[in-house]
Amino acid sequence: MDAFFAAVVSILFHGLAYAMILYVISVGLSVTMGLMGFVNLAHGVFAMLGGYVMTTLMNRYGMPFGWALLSAFVAVALVSVVLERTLYSRLYRAGELEQVLFSIGIVFMAVAFVRYAWGPLPQRMVVPELLRGSFDIWSRSFPTYRTFLIVVSFAVIAALWLGIERTNFGAQIRAAVDNRRMAESLGINTGRLFTLTFALGSGLAAFGGGIGADILAINPQYAQDYLIYFLMVVAVGGLGSIRGPFVAALLLGIGDTACRYLVPEFGAFFLFASMMGILLWRPTGLFGKA
Amino acid sequence: MKFARFAALTLAAVLLPLAGASAQTVKIGFITSYTGQNASVGAMMDQAVKLWMKEHTKHLPAGVKVEIINRDDTGPNPEVAKRLATELVTRDKVDFLAGVIWTPNAAAIAPIAAEAKVPFVIMNAGTSGIIPSGGAPYVTRVSFTLWQSSLPLGQWAAKNNLKKVYSLVSDFGPGIDAETAFKKGFTDGGGTVVESVRMPLATQDFAPFFQKVKDAKPDAAFVFIPAGVQATGVMKAYQDLGLAQAGIKLIGPGDITTDEELINMGDASVGATTMFHYSAAAKRPANEAFIKSWKAEYGSNSTPAFPAVATWDGMAAIFDAIKAQNGKMDNAKSAAFLKTWKTDNSPRGPISVDPETGDIVQNEYLRRVERVNGVLSNVELETFATAVKDPWKILNPKK
Amino acid sequence: MFRWFNSDKGSAVERFVQRDALKPIELLPWILAIAAYYVFPSYLPLGSQILLTILFAISLDLALGYAGIITLGHAAFFGAGAYAAGLYALHVTGEPLSGLVVAGLAGGILGFLSGLVILRTSGLTLIMLTLAVLLLVQEFANRARPITGGADGLSGISMKPIFGQFRFDLFGHTAYWYCLIVLFFVWLFALLLVRSPFGRALTGVRENVTRMHAIGAPVRRRLVTVYTISAVLAGIAGGLLAQTSQFVGLATLGFERSGEIVIMLVLGGIGRIYGAFVGVVIFMIAQDTFAKADPAFWSFWVGLMLVLIVLFARGGALGVVDQALRWVRKVRR
Repeated sequence: MDAFFAAVVSILFHGLAYAMILYVISVGLSVTMGLMGFVNLAHGVFAMLGGYVMTTLMNRYGMPFGWALLSAFVAVALVSVVLERTLYSRLYRAGELEQVLFSIGIVFMAVAFVRYAWGPLPQRMVVPELLRGSFDIWSRSFPTYRTFLIVVSFAVIAALWLGIERTNFGAQIRAAVDNRRMAESLGINTGRLFTLTFALGSGLAAFGGGIGADILAINPQYAQDYLIYFLMVVAVGGLGSIRGPFVAALLLGIGDTACRYLVPEFGAFFLFASMMGILLWRPTGLFGKA
Repeated sequence: MKFARFAALTLAAVLLPLAGASAQTVKIGFITSYTGQNASVGAMMDQAVKLWMKEHTKHLPAGVKVEIINRDDTGPNPEVAKRLATELVTRDKVDFLAGVIWTPNAAAIAPIAAEAKVPFVIMNAGTSGIIPSGGAPYVTRVSFTLWQSSLPLGQWAAKNNLKKVYSLVSDFGPGIDAETAFKKGFTDGGGTVVESVRMPLATQDFAPFFQKVKDAKPDAAFVFIPAGVQATGVMKAYQDLGLAQAGIKLIGPGDITTDEELINMGDASVGATTMFHYSAAAKRPANEAFIKSWKAEYGSNSTPAFPAVATWDGMAAIFDAIKAQNGKMDNAKSAAFLKTWKTDNSPRGPISVDPETGDIVQNEYLRRVERVNGVLSNVELETFATAVKDPWKILNPKK
Repeated sequence: MFRWFNSDKGSAVERFVQRDALKPIELLPWILAIAAYYVFPSYLPLGSQILLTILFAISLDLALGYAGIITLGHAAFFGAGAYAAGLYALHVTGEPLSGLVVAGLAGGILGFLSGLVILRTSGLTLIMLTLAVLLLVQEFANRARPITGGADGLSGISMKPIFGQFRFDLFGHTAYWYCLIVLFFVWLFALLLVRSPFGRALTGVRENVTRMHAIGAPVRRRLVTVYTISAVLAGIAGGLLAQTSQFVGLATLGFERSGEIVIMLVLGGIGRIYGAFVGVVIFMIAQDTFAKADPAFWSFWVGLMLVLIVLFARGGALGVVDQALRWVRKVRR
């Protein structure tokens, strides 16, 4: 019984850490897909770039971890504004297929670019001294960094939710997701709203890529390797939703971890089957608009 | 596009015979993964070829030139590898096929080599069965097999008071070879493998697997994953979950502490014990010279690991074959030459090719990760076994 | 399910011959393909892969281009066909033609069953469901190591000569003709299909589902039917790959293969069959050329090509040709 309880605690803990990374990266994708109807398969590129910026600032320029993470957020948000204004905005009215083709093109280019700039090896992620190792509670050990990751992600998520609920900007986003024409006729500048939302989502992805670099190693294949997982979080959570992806990420992160711990022979079988089940049961996702 | 290609080809067809007449050009078709999974290993192999060419082109017989034709097999995609090999053989008329990271790709190319009668030098792929007992025509392997390292490691573990070991390997050919070989060596010596888990090849977060190892409380964890991105992930999970503090040793073939990744792994790796045929930290003069010229070429932060060395030695074998025939290449003679090739000058010590199978024969070294002058290194403790032939072929003789 | 085919077959063929008679230009791909055999004899292995990928793209065009089913999981059927053909050759017989039938059946059965379940949805949900089917099949092939060889794949496949006459040779002569002839029949079939009343009805579903429902058309049954047919063809394409490369690996079920085939089709232009020809040829030759010129960074140039095409050449290559032709006509007038 003790062993069972211990296993459950471990699964929940590691699953939670994984889920936090998935959510922070994917929430931006959910909003951009819901708000602008843009099928952006290149979202993982922003997470990957965030990881590269952060590790480079730390390893090459000796910047402290916190500042490097923040810089990654800002830098990638700025890059995404440029991309949104020059390229993405031209395709808001294009068909889904064209958006898919375009964003896969961006992924191909980004993969080659980071390989050219940083080489094919995964980036070294040196966790600050303070966050290394693990501590024990009830004879279970909890890696310090993962605990830190969970706590910080929760703080960021809380700030995000409060911002969406309480600020004027958040209200505009909610209005535009619900009914874009109505929002426009009420005088909301949706073009500017798109740009800001896109930047925020990309910045969050960069943040997730950076803080998660210790678990999901930053390498040129990153944007491709995890694309399916980001899409799963968004689809299961529901397009345009902020909370849906959170629940979806929890399901995915904890479910995947549980599968690997309990039945490694079955791999990700349950995971994909449950995604299928959920989508058949609720085609618009757990929290999607009908 | 088609027309441009047509025009270019016609032009080439007219001009090539004129150009080819003046000098002997020996062509090597070099296939590896420049993109996709384990592109980092492919890049390292490519660097080894370039460095070799830079240093050794001058040693070729007068009037002989070597041309390397690079091809990207994009990861474990045998149909792509097979197509590229076919094109290299039929269109580029290469004198050698070489390279190849992935086992299935090597297995797909081997029949092409045999049918086209072009010698094929495998520089990485390490599943024993690619080369069957009794050998495959025109195929030579200069890298390693998992059996060569994991069987002796099992024997060592049994002798060194490890009673219970938990086995954790990637679920593909080499992983299964490693698991089986280790089990054989270890249980024959009286040890017990408490559990064998095969992890999906695409695993990134190893924490759940290592948590399970920790809960099982073995004396050691035997781990194999393909060298590259995953090696650091394994080490992080081992560290994060405090397996070392819990008294669980980490052992495995050298892939888990591969030299180029060691710098990323941090102190968790200190004490990891591995059995392997090559360490960048080895004190042999040939290795020190190799490391010196590598660092001069690619910077002090770049460290060559076993794929680079196998590529280096493979190039040496090919160059020796060219020299032996003075640049007038005959595929049958090249293949025969490669199957009896040997050198005492490899960075990994004395090596030779087993004439019977075409597989590599080399020493296995017991190593432990230590900090030497502040740098994490695979320090060779002893030469555990000399001139090791692939044990799998000895245990599974030709029927 | 196939009632339309039995009852309308005569009229469909008639219509095909009379009103939709083949224009001379529609024979161009075949002339080029036969010419390529003689002009580029050393490119035959690439040629065979291009031909079977065109077949795969045609199968996707039926689902995506004509019925509007956006899928990122079409490789499930391709892979199912490849594994079926591979297993059949390993355990039953190396006879190729019956192997293709088995491959088509395997793709079709999977397509029918999954289509029944997932074609109730649309949009992103449908995309994700097609992806889920692919991932499930892939995971199954990965775990069923005793049957499929897992991550190491199925090897040791040896094929018998076609009709006991034509041996699969190293240089790919037989494989090229084999793929070309199979593709020819699939193309004929696809043309018949899309120019039949059934094909027209599909376009109606794509353009306006609500109206099709309103006029009482059995929308979902039609979707499942076309999805199944599409899956049969994808299975045949996979079977061709297994037979000509004599190896089947997990990459046949890859997400990348699914994504790339969509890219190639959209690149050529959807819903016009010939888009499959143009898109596949452009993409695969570009990829091959870039990869040989620059093995490490070729993906940058392929990516740039895609981005530029979306920005400046909507509607794919054939869409651009259409626009150019319209412009020429206008100028002439």
